[in-house]
Amino acid sequence: MDDKKQIKFILNIAVLALICVFLWWGNDNLSSFYIRILNLSAIFVILGISMNLVLGFTGMFSLGHSGFMCIGAYVASILTMSPASKEIIYFMEPITPILAQIQWPIFPAIIMAGVVAALFGFLVGIPALRLRDDYLAIATLGFAEIIRIIVTNTITITNGALGLKNIPSVKSMWVYWGIAIITIIILKKIVNSSWGYSFKAIRDNEIAAEAMGINLFSHKLLSFSIGAFFAGIAGALMAFLITSVDPTMFRFTFTFQILLIVVLGGMGSLTGSVISAVAITILMEVLRVVEEPINFFGLLQIPGLPGMRMVIFALGLLLVILYYRQGLMGTREFNWDYILNKIDSFRKRGASM
Amino acid sequence: MLKIENLQVYYGGIHALKGINIEVPENKIVTLVGANGAGKSTTLRAICNIVPPSSGKVFFDGEDITGRSTVDITKKGITLVPEGRRIFANLTVHENLLMGAYARNDKMGIQEDMQKIFVRFPRLKEREKQIAGTLSGGEQQMLAIGRALMSRPRLMMMDEPSLGLAPLLVKEVFRIIRDINDQGMTILLIEQNATAALKIADYGYVMETGNITLEGPGQELADKEEVKLAYLGKA
Repeated sequence: MDDKKQIKFILNIAVLALICVFLWWGNDNLSSFYIRILNLSAIFVILGISMNLVLGFTGMFSLGHSGFMCIGAYVASILTMSPASKEIIYFMEPITPILAQIQWPIFPAIIMAGVVAALFGFLVGIPALRLRDDYLAIATLGFAEIIRIIVTNTITITNGALGLKNIPSVKSMWVYWGIAIITIIILKKIVNSSWGYSFKAIRDNEIAAEAMGINLFSHKLLSFSIGAFFAGIAGALMAFLITSVDPTMFRFTFTFQILLIVVLGGMGSLTGSVISAVAITILMEVLRVVEEPINFFGLLQIPGLPGMRMVIFALGLLLVILYYRQGLMGTREFNWDYILNKIDSFRKRGASM
Repeated sequence: MLKIENLQVYYGGIHALKGINIEVPENKIVTLVGANGAGKSTTLRAICNIVPPSSGKVFFDGEDITGRSTVDITKKGITLVPEGRRIFANLTVHENLLMGAYARNDKMGIQEDMQKIFVRFPRLKEREKQIAGTLSGGEQQMLAIGRALMSRPRLMMMDEPSLGLAPLLVKEVFRIIRDINDQGMTILLIEQNATAALKIADYGYVMETGNITLEGPGQELADKEEVKLAYLGKA
């Protein structure tokens, strides 16, 4: 038993080391286009698993993720922009004096983005989590839009519809994937803790969970706030990747893109969300081909249609919902036991032959 | 141990409980029988404050627990085995049982109780690592009872434990209830299956549309003409 634990520990370290080698190699050798896409997938990994915690593990159909991401992006941007560029960008109305001189390093700003988003998640959760199912979805969707509209109209803080530019750029894959991996580890710990079991119990049966002595409301609020925290962090990373933010980026369509990742990956599986986040982000780029004019052997000419790739995703989602509802992984997780057992039985078969 | 005085519940405009009085003495099985819609489940829910009572009092060990939060009430030692079993379908049998001990912190005691439950229900031991949703109806009911026992309750309230089970399993479930009671557990049992429930109960109440119409020692009640007529089919 301990032997196996040791093997698993070594395997975990080995995988982490492999990832580190890849990041180290990739930072110097991959083209900036590839690095950008990989960084974007890291952001979607964080978004996917944090939404999965709320949706797949706690069973709350919440669609407020883009709103919390919006808060994270703005908090991180305002905290890290230099006072000089703030003066240039806020030309309609000057920025609130308290914020004008602030310039934080990247990492504290990312943490702060998460904390502020979690705080908003907490405040939104108090009224919204009294609802459930479709009603909760509508309420959280509404809250996300409210956040976006407030951001558009508080010009002295957020520069309104003009958005923010000149946000410090972060290109290193270490930052994006480092944070993504830390997020995965933290969420895995949460899911396997007594909190995680309570979340799953609430998902499976609220009345029975309450009869066990689980405080429904505080656990739902906890899960919701943790989800908002990581959405805020992902928002901050998004701001550093694109180096400009404006409120239209965080429309509710963005939430549906995350929902797509969660549903395709399997609600209730962190592994599934990670795989589908990376796959979908990469496919988003690869499938740009279908948006170009296509010529079928000179017989049929299709002009380029922007948005065609979303049609393909829509069809994919339709097929998954019709024929493979549990998604890629269902509620299963990647684990070494499964692989070790496979290798074991393979070896035994080899020996008996 | 549990005492209910003049409990009333409204669902919107519907007067579901019209002032009932029930007493559950320590180490006894008390049963509440009656037809559909008589208010049996509502009574249990009102005790746990899942449905807030509009008037009346609930006393547990002489302490007034009316209107306390459900979580508080479970911590006092009252546990509910809900109707239709309501196990956590996507968790394993082991995890389901652990959830039962959610409010406890003594690791040793939890392990000990888990072993006791596996002795009582060997089937659950066989299926320890299995997802609970894949168990049969009878096994799920045993899991629900096991899960309730894991909280080391002082009063166990069971809502229709025989619901949707094959006759042979119904017998088995009632045998288990009797058994648990023999080891000192106080039980408040709600049943539509009045014959079986009254047979094992020390005391019974008959409910009809929100009122208690009859009460008495279990066997005595089962022998009464009007009970036979209304619930047991005329023998």
